[in-house]
Amino acid sequence: MIILGIESTAHTFGVGIVKDEPEYILADVRAKYVPEKGGIHPREASLYFMREAPRVIAEALQSAGLSMNDVDGIAVALGPGMGPCLRVGATVARALSVYFNKPLIPVNHAVAHIEIGKLITGARDPLIVYLSGGNTIIAAFVAGRYRIFGETLDMPLGNFMDTFVREVGLAPPYVVKGMHQLDKCAEESKEKKILNLPYVVKGQDVSFSGLLTAALRLVRSGKAKLEDVCYTVREIAYSAIIEVSERGLAHTGKKEVLLVGGVAASSVLRSKFEAMAALRGVDVKVVPPKYAGDNGVMIAWTGLLAFKHGITVEPERAYVRQRWKLDQADVPWGDP
Amino acid sequence: MTKPTYRGGTPKIIALGAEAALIKHTFLGMPAVYKVRLPKPYRDPKLDLRLRSERTATEAKIIHDLRLAGLPVPALYYVSLSEGLIVMEYVEGDLLRDLINRRVSGYVDLVRELGKVIALMHGLGVVHGDITTSNVVVREGTPYVIDFGLAKYSNELEDVGVDVHLFIRAVESTHYDVMEEVIIAFFEGYASIAGEERVKEIKEKVREIRLRGRYVEERRQKRNK
Ligand SMILES: Nc1ncnc2c1ncn2[C@@H]1O[C@H](COP(=O)(O)OP(=O)(O)OP(=O)(O)O)[C@@H](O)[C@H]1O
Ligand SMILES: Nc1ncnc2c1ncn2[C@@H]1O[C@H](COP(=O)(O)OP(=O)(O)O)[C@@H](O)[C@H]1O
Ligand SMILES: [Mg+2]
Ligand SMILES: [Mg+2]
Repeated sequence: MIILGIESTAHTFGVGIVKDEPEYILADVRAKYVPEKGGIHPREASLYFMREAPRVIAEALQSAGLSMNDVDGIAVALGPGMGPCLRVGATVARALSVYFNKPLIPVNHAVAHIEIGKLITGARDPLIVYLSGGNTIIAAFVAGRYRIFGETLDMPLGNFMDTFVREVGLAPPYVVKGMHQLDKCAEESKEKKILNLPYVVKGQDVSFSGLLTAALRLVRSGKAKLEDVCYTVREIAYSAIIEVSERGLAHTGKKEVLLVGGVAASSVLRSKFEAMAALRGVDVKVVPPKYAGDNGVMIAWTGLLAFKHGITVEPERAYVRQRWKLDQADVPWGDP
Repeated sequence: MTKPTYRGGTPKIIALGAEAALIKHTFLGMPAVYKVRLPKPYRDPKLDLRLRSERTATEAKIIHDLRLAGLPVPALYYVSLSEGLIVMEYVEGDLLRDLINRRVSGYVDLVRELGKVIALMHGLGVVHGDITTSNVVVREGTPYVIDFGLAKYSNELEDVGVDVHLFIRAVESTHYDVMEEVIIAFFEGYASIAGEERVKEIKEKVREIRLRGRYVEERRQKRNK
């Protein structure tokens, strides 16, 4: 079975082609929208996607050495994400499905991040810790769905880290040689001082907005060295994430942790996770950077799992869902 | 072979939670729980010490205050901040979580009672910070609330809303198959103390809180600025 998957939830228009047996991944082509300045403008991104879509699809087929006739189904990320971006992927997928008479398979983007992580790391039934620019979620598979045990009450971890380093003038670029500017700056703190900044964990949730405000105020007051503020901020933010993950493990009894999303690339965060996991006798698995960011492969792979369980959607009913929460998506293949 | 005997029985580990080890023993002859917050190797040692002593102090102070106010919480026996230790009354009973999971008859009434206790607690200006069905021990039909390390004094609607949100989310992930009736019963109990108007206000706040951490378009746009 061969599935073509389309990702277009935010900054990347990606097309992946996968097969249900090794080597699994047959094609992975991406076009990333990089705004000239400022943040992502959904409308501009969607115009860019429309221009790039035909080329990306053609290149994916070509690099796999396939034609549309070889494909058994078209998977598409219908959410969550930005409306204008999502609509490009959905429109293209509907058109391909109707024109080539192929089944259309709806995929939840967050589920796809998890499924590609499981495929590549071999994790079977992990506690999932999804840390990216757009998400901070602790989840686990229970009875047909990925249930959310914890999340952020305000900013996602990656967004928090990026905003802090940008506001204090350390970024962009946010990541240099695989190291986030916050980690770099923190490593320069000689005394490893812990300044008086707020640590906020509520139940299994984290909150970073109070920490951001207080840390920026401290830097601007000139009363502390920047590297000491970085160190404190980093230690507080990472510790809070590990703490809620540890609660998630205690609560669910899972024996592995799977880290997905861009922030999982932080080696400092990873070694803290390993220290916690060793204490509880669980394994830590991390999605490699290549598949941590948005891509079409993860959509194709999740589409393949879904298709094998009979999940399809009629093209005229394939609406985008900007706020399609992780725990609202059915995962009938999820039983370990 | 003879087992060592203590007056009052053998100390027994009852739980190794994420935060603390809980040991059942006696204190001055009374059945007691020793709750010790252990150091975490992944935390900076100074941060670790700060968090453990802050939470130990918070938990001790708040269960003491609530107990004096007449709410069903364990009595406080002893505290040592430097050791991260609290000794409190042992509440003999079952976790509300297990009673719901076993569907014992009357579990819905217990949740309604819990709603009342939480409303009374909020009325006293305390938010719990981790209301789950694992943090409620039921003794003779009364739900005792435990685990106050993340609690604080606040009358802000925001904090009350977060407290209720945490309970609802815990129910959704743990008791997903009976979550509707559990949540309804909780609010019935809550409203019987705090009134329907207040419950409406809280529900509105919870809705707002639940939209925040989510995938919000505006937030993604701000990000790379
Ligand atoms: N080595 C690193 N250490 C720490 N953080 C990193 C590193 N590399 C990337 N990041 C962070 O990862 C985030 C981007 O992650 P990712 O691309 O997975 O998320 P996204 O696509 O923005 O969000 P989502 O896929 O959840 O919608 C950014 O905040 C970035 O700073
Ligand atoms: N006073 C008590 N009486 C009886 N059992 C208790 C008491 N305190 C804690 N326990 C038991 O120990 C478990 C963990 O205690 P808790 O204070 O909730 O710690 P944690 O922060 O690790 O969750 C509870 O779920 C309960 O089963
Ligand atoms: Mg993504
Ligand atoms: Mg507890």
